[in-house]
Amino acid sequence: MDMNFFILMKPELLLTGLIFIIMFAKIANLAENNGRFLILVNTLLVLNFVAGFFMNQEGTLFSGMYITSDSMAFEKNILNGGMMLISLMAYDWMMRCKNTPEYYMLLLSAQLGMFFLISSGNFLMFYLAMELATIPLAALSNFDLDRPKSSEAAFKSIMSSAFASAIMLFGLSLMYGTTGTLDFAEMQMLVTGSSLQVLAFIFVFAGIAFKLSLVPFHLWTADVYEGSPVPVTATLAVISKATFIFVFMSTMFTVFANFFMVWDKVVMISIIATITIGNFMAVRQTNLKRVLAFSSIAQMGYLLLGVASTSVQGASSVLYFMLIYVFSSVAIFAVVGLIFYQTGKEDVADLRGFYKNNKLLSWVMAVALFSLAGIPPTAGFFGKYFLLTSGAAKGDYIVLTVAILNMIVSLYYYLRIVKAMFIDKSENDFERISVSPIVTVSIVVCIAGVLLTGMSGEVYEQIKSLFLASN
Amino acid sequence: MSDIGLGHFLIVSTMLFFIGIYGFMTRRNMITMLMSVELILNACNINFIAFNKFLFPNQLDGVFFTLFVIAIAAAEAAVAIAIIINLYRNRKSIDAEDADMMRL
Repeated sequence: MDMNFFILMKPELLLTGLIFIIMFAKIANLAENNGRFLILVNTLLVLNFVAGFFMNQEGTLFSGMYITSDSMAFEKNILNGGMMLISLMAYDWMMRCKNTPEYYMLLLSAQLGMFFLISSGNFLMFYLAMELATIPLAALSNFDLDRPKSSEAAFKSIMSSAFASAIMLFGLSLMYGTTGTLDFAEMQMLVTGSSLQVLAFIFVFAGIAFKLSLVPFHLWTADVYEGSPVPVTATLAVISKATFIFVFMSTMFTVFANFFMVWDKVVMISIIATITIGNFMAVRQTNLKRVLAFSSIAQMGYLLLGVASTSVQGASSVLYFMLIYVFSSVAIFAVVGLIFYQTGKEDVADLRGFYKNNKLLSWVMAVALFSLAGIPPTAGFFGKYFLLTSGAAKGDYIVLTVAILNMIVSLYYYLRIVKAMFIDKSENDFERISVSPIVTVSIVVCIAGVLLTGMSGEVYEQIKSLFLASN
Repeated sequence: MSDIGLGHFLIVSTMLFFIGIYGFMTRRNMITMLMSVELILNACNINFIAFNKFLFPNQLDGVFFTLFVIAIAAAEAAVAIAIIINLYRNRKSIDAEDADMMRL
């Protein structure tokens, strides 16, 4: 156990340190004053994010159980940044909350699980990290203890994730039975494609698809998103989804790499179903959070296009799109949270006349929605473009056609929100939403991210070089 | 009568697995749904132990995995029951059919 250990596991160790600091602040009654405590936590989160950029090395630990590489370090930086932005944008809400230390302890434990999940090189580690990443998030969904919707959302979340991970575990046990090992690298050699292994793969795929809310397994998503407190919804929609898409990509490329002929078909079918059903269900919704839930389901389908292309270009476009998705989604959820916690309104129709008194917030929302829809000046366009070209390089033109036609459908419900805010008249004025400076910082960073990542081609090239270096 | 072999264990675990899935899909009491999930997890445990004992007797991966699964199942049940208690305080019911404030 030398210095190497500390350098390789730096992101996880920093997070563990953060959790301990918060716990001791709670025990020593330093968290009595909510304002001071939040300043402390947010400063630490910013420092944690900055520290993620230094001293990254590639290597393995614990005889292959823990793997880290440059692309994984970058993925962890995206998660760190997203977590920081969500924490900043939730500042106004957290100020009025009781039990803020518990909120951050649960949140950061979940993030610790996600980091281990990204770095896992063994199915034991994979399973433990996945549970650590999901159980605290279910508890967080119940954070508004007095709101019945919140506990209903938490119930649906814990039940569906427990069921999904149980199914996945059954698949893992069959994989263990056919190969006799749990290590990713060793298992990859021993995967032969026998019918028992195909069954095991389907179970494992179902488990991950539940977490990613791909279509046959998406039914929990909208309810959980609607009921949870808005910052928790943002964490579920952005951070959790980002983690699982990275993990899905790495397991498909390592453990199930020899299985390509099988999983390619499964993934293609679920892309078509996910994009189509996600978009068409989003059209029907009236609640803002439910629209965003179904739109996030559809976005997952687009991300899978990049995964399914099995090329360096595909992998880097997944990372690039996820970066943009973090920026645009956090901006949208920031505005949705401000509206919900100050006026109690959460329907698309309630947004009528929003532009009159809240000009800047309307523009923030519009730019972020354009980015999700993939309209050119924003980065979302380039994200979708790279994903689609990587899919085209592989040549699945039916899937591509479905994906492109669905982008037109998605414009309908994104623009409906914009239309409600800017064009629709209402009898009584929408009150002015007050925004505190810290929340403004978060929103400005997000919008700058949405616009600047699209303007400079540097970012994509940088991400691509990460993958080229590790091959 | 032949000796009890791997096949017997696998039949038991597969039956447990599907009983668990059936229970999760049909039972409407929240605690019973939780118990069904525990059945599925136990089916996985039997699988791991049986594979380890019969196919790979010179290593302990499966046994260790089982220990971790038992611990995780306890943690999951603790969080789930806490959530169910809170739901009961808000609703005075632990029937899954009553948790219907949000609909498609």
